[in-house]
Amino acid sequence: MHLPLESYRLPNGLLVTLSEDHSAPVVAVNLWYHVGSANERPGRTGFAHLFEHMLFQGSEHVAANEHFELVQRAGGTLNGSTWLERTNYFETVPSHHLELALWLEADRMGALLPAMTQEKLDTQRDVVKNERRWSVDNQPYGTWWERLPALCFPPEHPFHHSLIGSMDDLNAASLEDVAEFFRTYYTPDNAVLTIAGDFDPPAARGFVEKHFGKIPRGSGRPALPPMEVPRTFGGWKREVVNDDVMVPRLFLAFRAPAFGTTAHYAGSICAAVLGQRRGCRLYRALVREREVASDVSAFTWDLAKGADLFVVDATARPGTDGATLEAAVVAEVDRLRMEGVRADEVERVLALIETDFVSAMQTAGDRADAISKFATLLGDSGLVNEQLDRYRKVMAAEVSAFARDYLGEDNRVSLIYERTAEGTAEGTAEGTAGGAR
Amino acid sequence: MSHPRPPAGTPGPYEFPHATRFALTNGLRVIVAPMRRLPLVSVIALVDAGAAGDGAGREGLAMLAAAGLAEGTVDRDGPALVEAFERLGTAVDSGAEWDDATVQLTVTPARFDDAMALLAEVVQAPRFAEADVERLKAERLAELLQQQVEPRGLADERFARVVYASSSRYARAAGGSPANVRALDASQARAWHALRYGSTTTTLIVTGDVTVEQVQSVAERRFGAWSRVAEPAPAVRAEMRATGRAVHIVAKADAPQSELRVGHVGLPRGHRDYFQVVVMNAILGGLFSSRINLNLREEHAYTYGAHSGFDWRRAAGPFVVETAVKTEVTDAAVREILLEIDRIRDAEVSADELDLATKYLAGVFPIRYETTRAVASALALATVYGLPDDYFSTYRNQIASVTRGEVLAAARAHLHPEALQVLAVGDATAITEPLAALDLGTPSVTAADEGETA
Repeated sequence: MHLPLESYRLPNGLLVTLSEDHSAPVVAVNLWYHVGSANERPGRTGFAHLFEHMLFQGSEHVAANEHFELVQRAGGTLNGSTWLERTNYFETVPSHHLELALWLEADRMGALLPAMTQEKLDTQRDVVKNERRWSVDNQPYGTWWERLPALCFPPEHPFHHSLIGSMDDLNAASLEDVAEFFRTYYTPDNAVLTIAGDFDPPAARGFVEKHFGKIPRGSGRPALPPMEVPRTFGGWKREVVNDDVMVPRLFLAFRAPAFGTTAHYAGSICAAVLGQRRGCRLYRALVREREVASDVSAFTWDLAKGADLFVVDATARPGTDGATLEAAVVAEVDRLRMEGVRADEVERVLALIETDFVSAMQTAGDRADAISKFATLLGDSGLVNEQLDRYRKVMAAEVSAFARDYLGEDNRVSLIYERTAEGTAEGTAEGTAGGAR
Repeated sequence: MSHPRPPAGTPGPYEFPHATRFALTNGLRVIVAPMRRLPLVSVIALVDAGAAGDGAGREGLAMLAAAGLAEGTVDRDGPALVEAFERLGTAVDSGAEWDDATVQLTVTPARFDDAMALLAEVVQAPRFAEADVERLKAERLAELLQQQVEPRGLADERFARVVYASSSRYARAAGGSPANVRALDASQARAWHALRYGSTTTTLIVTGDVTVEQVQSVAERRFGAWSRVAEPAPAVRAEMRATGRAVHIVAKADAPQSELRVGHVGLPRGHRDYFQVVVMNAILGGLFSSRINLNLREEHAYTYGAHSGFDWRRAAGPFVVETAVKTEVTDAAVREILLEIDRIRDAEVSADELDLATKYLAGVFPIRYETTRAVASALALATVYGLPDDYFSTYRNQIASVTRGEVLAAARAHLHPEALQVLAVGDATAITEPLAALDLGTPSVTAADEGETA
């Protein structure tokens, strides 16, 4: 499993990677901007994501929503997404429409601002507020996305605040903010472009040069505040949220080494031993044997700056309270720390990772996105071809060492959702720092 | 610096993976579609044992039994079975939908034969241990409990109840109500397996890095000795509950949004107007650039998104417009949805709208089928609904040939404004009066945890 890769940089700083595959007449265009909610300034939480919406509102030669319309009329799929460290935009189109997709991305990278109006901003602000209501406010446990990072990172840290943003901050966003954010971050030297699938490399290079070549370089991405944090939380913080939920749910988080480090791979395997698929420790013990949970999983967030989060997510069975659920999860975590992992557990995880990895390389869109991820976060698209070897090199002893070093009581955050008792107000208990803003 | 919009190049050739079909002497059918790009094989064991056939008083049995397949076999208990699959680098998924039960996995070619041996055990000799079945029941009950505060699942379940007559299986959740689930047990799961799972009701679908000969040999070895005539699923009735329009409110105190469902009984998958209806729906609410989404999201900013669709089943599944809107605009959003349904029945869509919908549906076809699993699922669907063998090779032409006149005819024949049921899960104190003013009838208000009163 090896993707052909060819990477080069345009004089304006745009990092381009091409990965050919002619098995289907389909090509993916994938653009990552190295900007996310971490880059927002105080009082503007949610802005990076609101800005992503504005990128579909047209540019100099493209009318509002025409980007969607042109790609769909070409028989393609498209979207964008925002995360703490990056924002991405992607199209998969029949291969003869490659130039259209590149032209659309270049037009908004080169000339977004002429199309921006107050009316469009107001409309997208309301759309995003509805997105917030839909995914956070009106969903059981929906606030975990903002409560957990708020508990895990100190208030001044760029990963602390809400990605979707508060209603107040969304209200405050102005056209001037749009212009400033665009000029600062949406520049070729702060972006990575990947083309994967069925294309002719000389033609693709020509399209890239023609449409992106003349976009001027930016004035440099402002440095983030220091991202470094102590190796562990230095204690065990606990927040209990009384909410409109029917059964308790626990998020148990640990600070972990950043994405891409050697220890990250051991951590990723450790998460799978604990909480991936039904053969993992937590499923066997909590769902199958003790029947205190109906669902468990463990995963890393893959944050590349400063430190990552390792999270166990467990949903209780009716009749199990939050404290009992937490104790059951912690017992398994502690057993892992004390006894370490067995070689056969690591073998199970590696077998699953190998199949999943190859499966994830089947679509042009997924391949392009994986390439852009390594190019953006770690500066090297070629790392996509080293992933399986990195995982295979991890020894059981390293996974055990990870558990000892990072899953202890000095490095825990518990976020527990409990049903609001009849007649009491909803709110948080024992919660001091953070909470949703 | 900028260039005008570039022209398209020349389309590349595309063919849906070629499928070879054959049957074993025991009647078990096999479909193989080699795709040799990556070292992966996807397998679906498809059984005519869907939820639509589990019958009055046993609702939920089909899904419980299908889930139970992966909980252990005669030779291996649950943990040993899971361990065996996962050590092969695969996880087996089993479950039932309205019209089928499936057991599926994706594995590397070197482990294909071993995975098939396990899959054959799961399909032919499940254990259905009491403890496992009781645990699955408890998990389904927990899911139903959680649904009371989860507006999307709650809206879907209640919508089915107000659209279909109680004589229709479709009126009740595929997975069964709390009362249904409590009444099920392991012996019923075993009996259901004996009744519906057999060589005559099973189709094995294999896609990916294999040859037809390989699959022939493995299928014969792992499934050839399984000779059991099983009963095909009975036909489902899909009568609607009421003939007139009505508004139904499910109260969720202080909800910041109303989760809306607007629709009626739709059409069976086998309907001859299928392609015309698919294109019509794409224009109405199927695409991002559809009328309903552009109206509710981009023009009015009532919502994060709005969508319409026909849920295609053997009998007539629902047609439904779904969205979640800010509480204060609930009535306005419903009014716009009704207007859009009227509008697409009043006059022909523009040539531009038709062009967008047909080019999207035809063009996106190769993108939908890049993976071995997607191709296997498509072949499974074609099997369930008895689609012709050339269905995938002619799909794009069928879509492209739909005309504006046919779209209008499909909208007039298959959208029924006079029968629309409007359901809202939301803040009843805030939305009841405005919805009453829409003149669709006096809204009924029920609680989220209310039992199955029809």
